[in-house]
Amino acid sequence: MSTEKARRVAVIDVRRTPFLRSGTGYYDLMAWELGRFAVKGLVAATGIDQAEIDQVIMGTVATDVSTTNVAREIMLGAGLPESIPAYTVTVACVSANAAISAGADMIANGNADVVIAGGTESFSDPDIKVSKRYRRFILDLTMYRRPKTLMGKLGLLKGMRALDFIVPQRPAIGEYSTGLSMGHNADRLAKRLGIPRDEQDRYAEFSHTQAIAAIASGVLKNEITPVVVQGSDRAITTDNGPRADAVFSGLCKLRPAFYKKYGTVTAGNSSFLTDGAGAVLLMSDEKAKALGLRPKAYIRSYVFSAQNVWDELLLGPTFSIAKLLKKTGLELAEIGVLEIHEAFAAQMEANIRCLESDVFGREKLGYPSRVGMVDRSRLNVYGGSLSLGHPFGATGARLLGTCCNRLRESGEQFGIIAGCAAGAVGSAILVENAA
Amino acid sequence: MNNERASAVKPGEDRNREIIPLDRLVLSHLKIEKTRDGIALVVIDSPGTRVNKGSSDLLGEIGSMIDSIEGDGTVRAMAVVSGKEDNFIVGADIDELKSKSTSEEVLAYIRTANDIINRIESLKIPVVAGINGSCLGGGLEFCLAANYRVATDSPKTVLGLPEVRLGLFPAGGGTQRLPRLIGLTQALPLLLTAKNVRPRKAKRLGLIDEIVFPYSVRDAAVQKARELADRKTKIKRKRKRSLLTAFLESTRLGRRVVFSQARTMVMRQTHGLYPAPLAILDSVAYGFRKGVRRGIEADCERLPELVLSQHARSLMGLFFAMTEAKKNPHRERARQVKKLALLGAGLMGSGIAAVSVERCDTVLVKDTTLDAAARGMREVWKGLEKRARSGGLTPFERDTLYGKMVPCDDYSLFSGTDLVIEAVFEDLALKRRILADLERATGEKTIFASNTSALPIKEIAAESLRPENVIGMHYFSPVQRMPLLEIIITSDTADWVSASALEFGIRQGKTCIVVKDGPGFYTTRILAPMLNEAVLLMEEGVDPADIDRVMLSFGYPVGPIALMDEVGIDVGAHVSQGLGPMFEARGAKPSAGLERLYEKGYYGKKNKKGFYRYDAKKKKGARRIDREVLGILNVAPPRKSEMREIQDRVSLMMVNEALLCLQEGIIASPRDGDTGAVLGLGFPPFRGGPLRHVDTEGARAVLKRMDELAATHGERFKAAGILRDAASSNKKFYP
Repeated sequence: MSTEKARRVAVIDVRRTPFLRSGTGYYDLMAWELGRFAVKGLVAATGIDQAEIDQVIMGTVATDVSTTNVAREIMLGAGLPESIPAYTVTVACVSANAAISAGADMIANGNADVVIAGGTESFSDPDIKVSKRYRRFILDLTMYRRPKTLMGKLGLLKGMRALDFIVPQRPAIGEYSTGLSMGHNADRLAKRLGIPRDEQDRYAEFSHTQAIAAIASGVLKNEITPVVVQGSDRAITTDNGPRADAVFSGLCKLRPAFYKKYGTVTAGNSSFLTDGAGAVLLMSDEKAKALGLRPKAYIRSYVFSAQNVWDELLLGPTFSIAKLLKKTGLELAEIGVLEIHEAFAAQMEANIRCLESDVFGREKLGYPSRVGMVDRSRLNVYGGSLSLGHPFGATGARLLGTCCNRLRESGEQFGIIAGCAAGAVGSAILVENAA
Repeated sequence: MNNERASAVKPGEDRNREIIPLDRLVLSHLKIEKTRDGIALVVIDSPGTRVNKGSSDLLGEIGSMIDSIEGDGTVRAMAVVSGKEDNFIVGADIDELKSKSTSEEVLAYIRTANDIINRIESLKIPVVAGINGSCLGGGLEFCLAANYRVATDSPKTVLGLPEVRLGLFPAGGGTQRLPRLIGLTQALPLLLTAKNVRPRKAKRLGLIDEIVFPYSVRDAAVQKARELADRKTKIKRKRKRSLLTAFLESTRLGRRVVFSQARTMVMRQTHGLYPAPLAILDSVAYGFRKGVRRGIEADCERLPELVLSQHARSLMGLFFAMTEAKKNPHRERARQVKKLALLGAGLMGSGIAAVSVERCDTVLVKDTTLDAAARGMREVWKGLEKRARSGGLTPFERDTLYGKMVPCDDYSLFSGTDLVIEAVFEDLALKRRILADLERATGEKTIFASNTSALPIKEIAAESLRPENVIGMHYFSPVQRMPLLEIIITSDTADWVSASALEFGIRQGKTCIVVKDGPGFYTTRILAPMLNEAVLLMEEGVDPADIDRVMLSFGYPVGPIALMDEVGIDVGAHVSQGLGPMFEARGAKPSAGLERLYEKGYYGKKNKKGFYRYDAKKKKGARRIDREVLGILNVAPPRKSEMREIQDRVSLMMVNEALLCLQEGIIASPRDGDTGAVLGLGFPPFRGGPLRHVDTEGARAVLKRMDELAATHGERFKAAGILRDAASSNKKFYP
């Protein structure tokens, strides 16, 4: 670690692939392929000489065992010089935030001048495991026990049922420590804080409306690099998550998806499985000047937070934003751009309540009163994960890209991107307009 | 086949040769190590060069080595590998071969070579060849004489017999041993088309016995040699062949069928103009009748005539010109093209992308819509997939190369672009507008290249802010297959710009000629009068199909009429409009026929309306002429015409224009002129190009014919000044 004064970390640009619902346009692509589209688009957009890049850090969650260090495959696949080191980070839904934070640290400390950070995710082709018993059988037969006799081999079959050979293990979607899925936890949170169904559906409608408008106005083009899947004759240019028909009247008719009887969380007010990738070009301010590049923004500070896995699983934004503001001495009112990851409409409303609650501020966040009032006109105005989609490992890159572009358009000085993640981890990054 | 083994050195010969013991043998091309258990490892590593060539020096040393090994008595087996990174032996030493001027010299050279190769074959000890990298021509013939061949699966490893391309044939036993090893039906295509074979295919054919991983070839060859010496393994070569193939290959009647079919095909493709493929067929057939030894002896006697023929001289001249064109005299001035942008993702744009993805970091593919860009990218992807399937690329390399392309429909990604090549519609105003847009979107370091085939670069750059950055890069379609790139520089073009364009073209694997700006530059300019002459002949009443037929027998791969359909009558009309004034000023007004056809909606093959009918069925394999065209051209009543007249009029038009280009300095050298005409326009390769053609025919004879034609047909046949000079001073364009 360098002991010199920390250097300013510039965000030169951010590019992401269009986010697509899993099983659609990126059906045949692996996560690394999506990632390299984003990285290549970023390199092309900034016009930077690839040889200038010092490090690549990418986030991902549902790792494919054949590409465990997916960052390396991404940068090689994007044709970056093989001499650039690359590693992969994973912190559930804030994996890209972690990659960006790590990259910012390297630059601030003088350990790198130019870093590409971001993330990628594909749910179109996740690894599916065979049943645990079948797995045990194969491993014991071929690697760990290797019985020599026929009887020994047959002995391994003891206790196995026919279905064990056929039915795969369900992919783990629950929280390991609690056994609760994210959706179940969102339902609990909504009930605990008294967030009614209609409030959630209204929020979902808001998210879709904003996203549809953003796509129509063309502002998202500044963050998207079009993708042509190999062999296809069509360019994928926009996100296919936002739905014009996602209006309150329709949303409120959907059945609860998790707690079927008394729950309020539905497929309509939750984020959906998404494929996509995003990449950020970070640079020391000096390097940007030397290369004649104009930064869009600076990364001023970041924090991670961690909470109780039962009751505060989805409150990452509240905890991390509170921590970040306290650390930097800023007020919530000074933050002109808020980009918060929308896992569930319930989670968004819950975080807003907690940030605005005097009791919560005092008891949980160590504030004298509430953190601040959330100005909804500053929040996720181009849509969010509920509408644009949520490729776990990539969402943080989208948040940063949108935040930078919104800062430039609005002329506001500060922006915060924040997210919650499995394991009750939160992340918040303070971004300052470079203009 | 073993009982047909050729004998070693003839008795009585080389009796006095001194045999040096193996451990005291000092050679410059070969390094020999002997293991304790008597396996000799021979490393071929010619000094001071990146490639091993089958030179007399190397052959001589191999001879001494065989002497020593035979004399040693303790060597039980031999493994032969190369010390070079990416080649075994790349073939005969063409420089050396070309320097031979008498049959005796050639005969002596090929006899020595065959003696050595025969001695390898008849060594009592097993010989294993370990192949990594290109193993071509004489190199492969050497390996064919070994008992066993292992080859690495490196992408650099290719095997083949390219002799036919130089107007020669594999006279080092290749025509004898190859058919016996892999079968007649598989061997003939390799011999006749000079196709290179990758390891996987070679293993399937039985050309190699084993594939090993890179870097292991030495150990593998030595180990295999040891196993063979210990008689631990038997060489099993089982070819899977159908009953029909078996009949065709192993009965005299069957072989007769194969040879007659092959001959028909060769004649159809070469019109009997190329002696080399016919020599190959003769040689293989003779070998099957008389056996390997007599076959090789006949090959030796057959070779000198070919080597000394004008055909081979011309083809070798081209080979040298192409090798020469791979060098960039101003390399140090060149800037690397890391970010390339292509405007227009059609056939041309995607073709250029296909040959560029390996050479750039990023390739922007721009068209008016992103979907249009996507369609271009799909064409590149198809090519990459094909290469990956043949083993030329790994799947990841394929994906990586594809991933270098970024589609776009505006200039927002263009900052930092090193080179922009436009391949949009041939319209001056459009190209100027694009250039203006680009100059706003890019900076000082961005080169703008136009892939125009006729619009003068200077005019495109007329309103440019940075005319020094403007250059012409004229590719030929289909870009992936056509080897020529014509680079056009104007008086404004900066040195670093031309050096960079040339360097990039070379790196794309193109053979480049650098020419000066002017109407039609070089290739289009010399093509236009030739096509014009064909139209004039039609108008005089000559049957267009006859014109094509006659020009095919002159050696063109496509007749001029069919070529106009291929290129597009619209393009032809456009070009003829652009070049018209220049020809008119010389008193040679071009025919207006193409423009009339264009106005009537005849665009050629692309809209199925051309000189030939593309909507009707072929008659006896040939397309029919569209009679309506003749009406539009208002042709005279049919007349018969001498083949000679047509050939002379059509071909001399191009030859004379090439001479004028040389005279005016459009092309810098006869070499460039010939390379461009052969590789870009299909001027008969065995004639070496329009300028070498003058040398071959004699400047005086050509001039005389031009003067005759000028007397009957007018000013357009007025001979170039340098032709007159050459005729009067009896000078040649090539020394």
